Parts: sequence; structure tokens; C-alpha cells
Amino acid sequence: MSRRPYVRPMSRTTWYMRNGRFKVYMLRELTSLLVGFYAFLVLFGLVALSAGSEAQWNDFLASQQGPEMIALHGFALLYFLFYQTFAWFNLAPKAMPVQLGEKKLPAHFIVIAHYVAWAVVSAFIFWLAGAI
Amino acid sequence: MTIARKALVWGLFAAGGTLTSFVFPSLIALFLLIASGNTPVGLEYGQIHAFAASWMGKASLFGVIFLALWHAAHRLRVAAHDLGLRVDGLVASVLYLVAALGSALAVYYLVLI
Amino acid sequence: MGTRQIELEVMRYNPEKDEAPWFQQYSVPCEEDWAILDALIYVKDNLDSTLSYRWSCHMMVCGSCGMTVNGEPHLTCKTFIRDLPDKVRVEPLENFPIERDLVVVLDDVMQKLQLAKPYIIRKDDPPPEDEEYPQSRAALKKFKQYTMCINCMLCYSACPQYGLSNDFIGPAALSLAHRYNLDSRDQGKAQRLDILADHDGVWECSFVGACSEACPKNVDPAAAIQQMKVDGTMEWWKQKFGLTGDKP
Repeated sequence: MSRRPYVRPMSRTTWYMRNGRFKVYMLRELTSLLVGFYAFLVLFGLVALSAGSEAQWNDFLASQQGPEMIALHGFALLYFLFYQTFAWFNLAPKAMPVQLGEKKLPAHFIVIAHYVAWAVVSAFIFWLAGAI
Repeated sequence: MTIARKALVWGLFAAGGTLTSFVFPSLIALFLLIASGNTPVGLEYGQIHAFAASWMGKASLFGVIFLALWHAAHRLRVAAHDLGLRVDGLVASVLYLVAALGSALAVYYLVLI
Repeated sequence: MGTRQIELEVMRYNPEKDEAPWFQQYSVPCEEDWAILDALIYVKDNLDSTLSYRWSCHMMVCGSCGMTVNGEPHLTCKTFIRDLPDKVRVEPLENFPIERDLVVVLDDVMQKLQLAKPYIIRKDDPPPEDEEYPQSRAALKKFKQYTMCINCMLCYSACPQYGLSNDFIGPAALSLAHRYNLDSRDQGKAQRLDILADHDGVWECSFVGACSEACPKNVDPAAAIQQMKVDGTMEWWKQKFGLTGDKP
């Protein structure tokens, strides 16, 4: 009897194509591209704003208009909502469980609290921006 | 007791993830309003300039940009590893450097306002 | 109860003869209440006595009959024929070297489990004689779920990060460590963080969450690991500001 364990190879570049769960995981991780993109977009806004002239700021706003920008932001909004915001809220109770006495607070309480807080934060931002 | 410096990196990543989850949908929606020509009054020059000129405005804009960039950099570092790019040192240096540069530029332009 | 003919596609590997694993087909007349393990036992008893696989209790306690069934890690004693199509593919657990047929080499995870120091560590060691460390029910509730692990290693088989890098300490060992960290009688957290919050510990986890979905005992290793990341981050800051009294 000789031992000769066989190691099945795992693709380092395409392993996530193996099942739906892994594909969803990769889609979730790629929201970081959107996070980076919008952080830089806000930074470009600051550059325009720092020039101290209304014309510069209006140029920036004008450069952000158009059907292709509507399509981009619309897609980004949906993608971000499902793969970042909702994914993050739904996983939050795992990272921060709450125990009261002998009972664990049901996970959906923590998730719902996140959604409520999100609604408040969003309303505040829209109010700040004068959109509501 | 030694805890790897990754604790700091991860802590900022988690903070950025939480912040962007709460704030970015509204932010993207505002860009959507701008794109469709319905720029809200709060984003007209006078108001947004006054906001960015205030200490509260500066602090929150910097916080959002810094944490978002850090979050993105760290998550892309992990994604690069997941996609088979096995040069973690180089990937991490480039991504964190871009995040640091973006944050430094944010400070510079916020001070100018 | 009638029988149903199942085409079983079983991965075979004989280290003395085979260069690589291959699939063998068996047509098995399964009773309706059978699990995949029963079908494998039928094959061994009636069709092919050379087939190797591990099992012991047939009741979700021993944790030794873990295999990959139609691409997903399962305990074969609780994976029922009635929930499966007529064609079933049975492979060894993913991410482990194959010893023979459906038997895998578990040496690596046995070492990983030891890294977790899965026992109560006291500063007053050895404990005073005739004394107990009392624990409230609320304190027990904090970690009870993490005591349910049966070391079946389905979580390691499900975890892509362990598959990509065997250096990762991995789900079961980390949740076992978390179980002791949360135990009110234990004082060894600082010692465990040395290993678990180091490079190959919790930070290698990217929260795919596959381990928790695979776990047959609802241990939820992914949750344990995220909690340890939060904990490790807090400890890091405490150390920076010299606030920690925990010296190993």
C-alpha cells in the first residue's frame, strides 16, 4: 500500500464560474468599482467648485447631463442598491449580533433597523440637497 | 499579542462599506437628477459652495471620499486576488496609493473652497 | 414503498493504479427513503466491493460521510434520494487531496483545529481544586451555536479562499476559536488572537458565505469570522492606545 494523494486542480482565474453563489459573490465585490468611480466623481465636483466661479460649476453640471449619463447613473443605482446596500444590510446581523439576556435578537430586527436608518439618512441627504 | 496591520485596513474597509451603503444610493440618485436636467436647488452654485465652505460640509465630504476610496481600494485588492492576480504587494501598493492620492487631493481642494 | 432506479456516477481513484480520478457508473435500485449513503452502501455490498468511502453513525453526528453531491458539499447520510434527480454525481469533498475513491486527506484541517486552542485557558492555571467556574444561561447562549460543530469539514470544502490558499486557517477552526473566545470561563483570547488575527487568520476570509450555507449544523462560521474581524479591529486600536490589559 502506497499513499499517493491526488490533488484536484482549482482554477485561480475562473473558479467563481463554478456555481451561482460564487458568481453573485464576484458581482457583489465588483461594486467597489462603482464606489471608486463615484468617489472620484465627487472629487471632480470639488475641483470645479474650488475654482470659485459659478460658470465653472455650471460647466461641471452641464458635463454631467445627457441620456448616456442617465443610463449610466440609472444602471449604477440599481446595481449598487442590490449588490452593495441591500447585500451589506442583510449581512450586518452576522457581523454584529445582539443578545438581550438569554435571547438573541432575531436577525431580521437588525436588518429592518438598517433599512429604517437608511431611509432617514437618505431623506436627510435629499433635504440637504433641496430635492425634497 | 500581535494583530496584523490588516486589522486597520479592514476596519477602514468596513467603515467605508457601511458609509457607502447608506449614502451612495442617494448620491447616485442626485447625479441621476443632474443628468436628467433636474438639478436640485441645493446643488446650485451658491448653496453647494456655502455647504462645502462650512466645516461640517468639508468634514463630511472628506469623510465620504476618504472612506469610499479606501473601501474601494481594499475590496479591489481582494477582487484582484480572487481573479487570479497573484502579486498582492504590488496590487495593494498601487490601489492604496491611488486612494491616498485621491484623499490628499480632496483635502487640497476642500481647503481652497 | 417502491424503488427508484438511480444512475450513480461515482468518482474513483486508486493510488496504486490510477494516474487521475475517473467516474464509474452504477445503477442502483433505491428505496424511497434512502439517503445517498444508503445507495453507496448498496453499491459496496452488492455491486462493487472495492469502493472506498467513510461513514460511521448515519445520523448526522459523526461528521465523517461528507462528500460532494451534484457539485455541492453534503453529509451523504442526510442527502435524500427523494430530493435528487435520477442521475446523481458523487465526488470526494472539494479542496482536499483524495486518498482513495471518496476518502480525502484531512491532516491539514486537523492541524488547523489545534491552532484554535480549542480548550478553556485560565490565567490561574492550574485551577483551584474543588472549584467550578459557574456560567449563567445567558453567557452560555452567547457561544452555544458554535459548539454544534461536528468537524465534518463541509465548510472547508465549500470555501473558495481555502481552496485558493491552504494557508488560510479556515471556517471550522476559526469558529471553534470564536466559541472559546466568547466563553465567559475562558481567558485565552489574547493568545488566540496572536494566531487568528495574524495574516492567515480571519483577514483571509472575504465573506463569500458558502461555509455557512454548507454547514449541516447551522454553526454559521461566516458570522463567527466577521465577528472576530470586528473584535480584532477593536483590539488593534486598544493596543495602539495602550488600553488593553490582556497580555499573553
